Amino acid sequence: MANQSWIHATLALRLLRIDAGLGGVCIRARSGPVRDRLTAMIDPTARRLHPAISDEALFGGLDLSATLASGHLVQENGLLETAGPLILAMAERTTIGLAARLAVTLDKGHDHTLIALDEGAEYDECLNPKLAERLAFHIDLSDCRLDGTTEIWSQTESTIALADVTVPRGVTEQITRIAGELGIDSMRAALFAIRAARAHAVLNDRKRVTSDDLEVACALTLAHRATRVPEPQTAEEPPAPPPEQIENNRSEESLDLPDELLLEAVRALLPDNLLNQLTAQKARAGRGNGTGAARKGNRRGRPLPSRAGRISDGARIDIIGTLRAAAPWQTIRRNATGREGLQIRPADIRIKRFEEKSDRLLIFTVDASGSSALTRLAEAKGAVELLLAQAYARRDHVALVAFRGTEAEVLLPPTRSLVQTKRRLAGLPGGGGTPLAAGMMTAFEQATQATRRGLTPTIAILTDGRANIALDGKADRKQAATDAQQIARVLRAHGTDTIVIDTGNRPEPALRNLAQTLDAAYLPLPRADAERLSKSVVTALGD
Amino acid sequence: MQPFPFSAIVGQDEMKQAMILTAIDASIGGVLVFGDRGTGKSTAVRALAALLPPIKAVKGCPINSAKAKDVPDWAELGSKRVHEAPTPVIDLPLGATEDRVTGALDIEKALTKGEKAFQPGLLARANRGYLYIDEVNLLEDHIVDLLLDVAQSGENVVEREGLSIRHPARFVLVGSGNPEEGELRPQLLDRFGLSVEVTSPKEVETRVEVIKRRDAFENDNAAFMLRWQAEDAAIRDRILKARKSLTKLKTPEKTLTDVAELCLALGSDGLRGELTLLKAARAYAAWRDDTALTRAHVRAVAPMALRHRLRRDPLDEAGSGTRVARTVEEVLG
Repeated sequence: MANQSWIHATLALRLLRIDAGLGGVCIRARSGPVRDRLTAMIDPTARRLHPAISDEALFGGLDLSATLASGHLVQENGLLETAGPLILAMAERTTIGLAARLAVTLDKGHDHTLIALDEGAEYDECLNPKLAERLAFHIDLSDCRLDGTTEIWSQTESTIALADVTVPRGVTEQITRIAGELGIDSMRAALFAIRAARAHAVLNDRKRVTSDDLEVACALTLAHRATRVPEPQTAEEPPAPPPEQIENNRSEESLDLPDELLLEAVRALLPDNLLNQLTAQKARAGRGNGTGAARKGNRRGRPLPSRAGRISDGARIDIIGTLRAAAPWQTIRRNATGREGLQIRPADIRIKRFEEKSDRLLIFTVDASGSSALTRLAEAKGAVELLLAQAYARRDHVALVAFRGTEAEVLLPPTRSLVQTKRRLAGLPGGGGTPLAAGMMTAFEQATQATRRGLTPTIAILTDGRANIALDGKADRKQAATDAQQIARVLRAHGTDTIVIDTGNRPEPALRNLAQTLDAAYLPLPRADAERLSKSVVTALGD
Repeated sequence: MQPFPFSAIVGQDEMKQAMILTAIDASIGGVLVFGDRGTGKSTAVRALAALLPPIKAVKGCPINSAKAKDVPDWAELGSKRVHEAPTPVIDLPLGATEDRVTGALDIEKALTKGEKAFQPGLLARANRGYLYIDEVNLLEDHIVDLLLDVAQSGENVVEREGLSIRHPARFVLVGSGNPEEGELRPQLLDRFGLSVEVTSPKEVETRVEVIKRRDAFENDNAAFMLRWQAEDAAIRDRILKARKSLTKLKTPEKTLTDVAELCLALGSDGLRGELTLLKAARAYAAWRDDTALTRAHVRAVAPMALRHRLRRDPLDEAGSGTRVARTVEEVLG
């Protein structure tokens, strides 16, 4: 008995052969015999890409070695220049840049199909959504075992041409409706469903799309895009169509397939972990631009050992390394070519590499309100000072935001100056209301500015959590809490790392809620001294 | 394959209007289309080329010069005959290198003849036309810097490999992107005259129509193109007419005050906002074949002209478009 997803995977590959306009398929599976068996079915002429592929390899460019050897310009063909299937290995590592390049290629015409092999282990580790959007199918083979696979590949050529397949009336409406039920926003999904239905009809030697084709097509193209599970319809019978309409339909008969049946086909394929996937997608959307991670470039930063590479735009050549690589060969080359002088071949070229780590910025958002001042302001100040010392050792940047009274203010814009920070902090007066929302807002502004400058911001909020001043400066406890929650949602959506430190005498439930909204570490610190406070923060930061 | 015809795009009126306005008056300064995946951003931008009336240019000139005397020496053109050519719409691919954008040493000539010759890049070809960047927010930083400079000065300066060349590069930027995947620097945002946000249509009927037309485009291309190219031609004629009437259009003092007040109330940076708003309103009036500029015209184009020039308010979930609309209500009543 063949595994269901295996059947779908082979079917997807066959449909892609019939209609390249389907874009491609994303196959999510770890490397293993099952995947090997599937990839063996792909056209052997398919070219392989990898996530770190260079633009020259993709789009072509100057063939330096051939040009130098022959003395006239030799252009190299890129992988994308000739049509055909492409296999993208380790697709989950695809950068947004490569995804965009491939997406544009897929958009332009129907010459390429992309088979993305996604080996992601976690939910949030998967093919870039931009690229996934342009592939009609998405098959998860992680649960498929080898004994569930079969050879069901028959090479019979269909006699029907794709253009001859007719689609019955009402099908477009029906597919659109179903896509709506499943909460699919993109218009591509429905287009793919119709294409897939046509291709499936060709596969089965039919000149007309039948309900069978439609069911398979919807299941294959819509299920993985669903953002909500459709409600099963109540058993209420739909009103029978008026008799005259039936008369009309006879000429160009439409399919008599209720929506519910189609939805059922899709629902059977909906992943059980739809919610997990959705949260993963959200989280990824927030952390879009990859700041914070170590970036390997070849312009700035800590030098790494140089590597063999090609001369390309923006690359810096390591001259010493290149000469060293070329030195041992000089005599041989001179004898071979009969030329005098230094002989450097493209293989000798060494490229400089640097690792650039974006600096971290700690934004301390300190509650200096009356309630805090009475209890813990001094301790919070002490903790910040301890953290500052550590930040100094790590060369982190520090910014200081304080909120009290009716508003928040930036006491210190991002700086590395320890002395200045200490002085400002010591001079911080306490008293007044707790405009928590305003404080978070100011911290957020600092964080976005910092991100733009290439820093990785982390916000540490120190408060006792009794927000009582709303954003507009009015003393309204309820509004203040709502405002704080709202900003927390914005912060989370932007993917800014946050820590909430409860400095109250007792843990404050409202603050715990806020931390949950922020997806932040929550540290209740009743009766903590500065030393413990700073220790907790360092652990929470995952130093 | 020919691009999907502009007039066959269902709905998305604001986006289509913005494209038409920039076709009427290129000095408005291009369109930025931001939106979710699968909303037809790229389709619309690619369709723009068919709307643009042809220009007069010297045949074979690498920078599309209008007059024979403007042809640069390095082009080494024999005859300098002026002919009618389609307005250039040049695609700037994401993977483009600096060499390809600005132009560089002609390696072929350098190797075979030992000559130092200039090979013009994309900026040269885009002169007097449009430069289109799909996924503009994912463009490499160094290319963005280069574009900002050239878009500002209207001149491309190449100083490399012993070459010293400068040539005019006046082009209109047209870009599309998905804001979720990365933000655009405010400096680059500002270079776009108009910006529109697109979402996928919410009504089932509209969605069905989109799919039907796309399906017809792919499966019955010849008949489909015949039907819609005629519509495109009608729009093109109307654009030409609007260009003519633009010169005769009067701008009353009162409208100028309206524009200034609106921009003040919104706190948009610099005077570029005012200028673009005024130009866009004039183009809109010309498109509608009205003889004088009124408040209604300003109101209609204010969101697309000002939306991307506001300071970001992170709490405003409705987006800056609504903020502009609200202020328009307050100021213009």
